[in-house]
Amino acid sequence: MNASSAEPLVLGIESSCDETGVGIVRGNTLLANEVASSVDLHVRFGGVVPEVASRAHLEAMVPTLRRALAAADVDLAQLDGIAVTAGPGLMGALVVGLASAKTLAAYLNKPLYGVNHLAGHVAVDLLDHGDLPTPCVALLVSGGHTSLLLVNDMATDIVEIGSTIDDAAGEAYDKVARLLGLPYPGGPVIDKAAAEGNPKAIRFPRGLTARHDLDKHRFDFSFSGLKTSVSRWVETEERAGRPVPVADVAASFQEAVCDVLSAKTVDAALHHGAQHILIGGGVAANSRLRALLEERAVAAGLELRRPRPGLCTDNGAMMAALGTQVIKAGLRPSSFDISANSGLPVSTILV
Amino acid sequence: MTTPRPDGVVLAIDTSTVVCAALARGGELLATGRVDDTRAHVEALTPLISQLCQQAELAMSDITEVAVGVGPGPFTGLRVGVVTALTVAELAGTTARGVCSLDIAARQHVLGRTASSPAVDEGFVAVIDARRKELYWARYDADGARVDGPFVGPADELPDLPVVGPAATLLADDPRVIDATPLDVAVLAQLAATFADAGLEPLYLRKPDAEVSTSRKSALQPGVRLSLTKRHRQDSATDASSDAPSTGGGQA
Ligand SMILES: [Zn+2]
Repeated sequence: MNASSAEPLVLGIESSCDETGVGIVRGNTLLANEVASSVDLHVRFGGVVPEVASRAHLEAMVPTLRRALAAADVDLAQLDGIAVTAGPGLMGALVVGLASAKTLAAYLNKPLYGVNHLAGHVAVDLLDHGDLPTPCVALLVSGGHTSLLLVNDMATDIVEIGSTIDDAAGEAYDKVARLLGLPYPGGPVIDKAAAEGNPKAIRFPRGLTARHDLDKHRFDFSFSGLKTSVSRWVETEERAGRPVPVADVAASFQEAVCDVLSAKTVDAALHHGAQHILIGGGVAANSRLRALLEERAVAAGLELRRPRPGLCTDNGAMMAALGTQVIKAGLRPSSFDISANSGLPVSTILV
Repeated sequence: MTTPRPDGVVLAIDTSTVVCAALARGGELLATGRVDDTRAHVEALTPLISQLCQQAELAMSDITEVAVGVGPGPFTGLRVGVVTALTVAELAGTTARGVCSLDIAARQHVLGRTASSPAVDEGFVAVIDARRKELYWARYDADGARVDGPFVGPADELPDLPVVGPAATLLADDPRVIDATPLDVAVLAQLAATFADAGLEPLYLRKPDAEVSTSRKSALQPGVRLSLTKRHRQDSATDASSDAPSTGGGQA
């Protein structure tokens, strides 16, 4: 760490899915957060196409880096380390950010930290709310992940206590949006349509909440049955010649998703003695999830932490924030020959 | 690469096949190396460059020019080399020069000709492995200037000419193979400015495999299974061979 400041100055790079992100932080202070998204290129495919995303990362990497350096106005020589997503994510996408990060670190003679994307979604909250009280239960929801994490220590001890057994929550949003004739990505459009609808209009199933499921899957999620149920309901209405009440379907679907997510998160926090819960990932920007979780957290005497929406989606600042924690914990840097790992478990915070 | 300096240090990189890098100053080779692994580009490239710098008793910050093979080649590995070159060039305050990787193979062949493999008047073809039982190839005149290509296709579509290049080993027993030397970017580091500028976008030659999403399937008919696959956020580590859209990525 440089002598002029007590807090580490870290540059973070993220390229695990469809956002190319470069962020710069000093301690818990955000200095730059530049993101280039390829989401528009995937719209016509109805989902992220790995090769399309990888090509976009290559095009965006250096321009995004340049913008972040300009925004933070820091001297590269002052950096205490380069943090980069080593996984999980799309292999072809991950290697673009990892190769660039290795080059930066080697060229600048700085330590390299290959870190876990999921842990980054938790660490980014530190930039908004300061150090995280532990233990804390974190709910990560996005197109790619649906996980419940028990965070005992930000840099060294994160345990996955639950995850989806089929679709990610954001993926269910995309699929339901498609069958309602709404555009991709589904999260924001369903949230918007739901605002006009009645969440109690249709009672859609809550996955893995039945008593016999709770024995084995107390903190796990399932959204494929819900999606099929919405699909059947819509098709039945269409066959009967009735107009599909899009707003009611959107609101009822969203209610089913948010009900399960918030109930299991609060249950996990109480079970593990955590006083704080945190949400991250793109779906954390969802208005209903936030409201329901807030309501239930307060009722259970828990405190809810949520980073600002711009930090919930994938970005480089989250990896830099995690890098800061790793450096503060005194952990050793990564070797320059590390691989990207598309299935990196969250328990491996630093590769 | 706009103003080559005689005292400048050139870094050359190519990851269209295995992992190659070299350093030269004023046309003089300082160090060259290759890691013979077609699946370890992101692992091996930075350590190789560091090792070459050490060998040449240079720091990476002494590099003033960068040249990189932009393929054609398997995409994932190719991008590792290109983004590395772009990053070094950015830090060095220069612009990288992209060259066709087949041109490197062709130049190597022309410079390495011996009495046992003399020049052939009608020229030759250089080949790089495109996987999926296909080759990337281009046609060259006897002096090694590219006259056609690059293309991608099966080996039986190659013109009837002598064959050179790293993928020539795949054409077992083909009498047209005259030189199957693996890539070595020493020639690129030494002669970067004499290579044709191919731009910095990789020569992909293949479109991403992806289908535009179409109408939905019925959820009511028995026996019709919806495509509810577990999402792994994982693509082929090797190439763009399995690019079905993984839905849901719009939300980090
Ligand atoms: Zn994410």
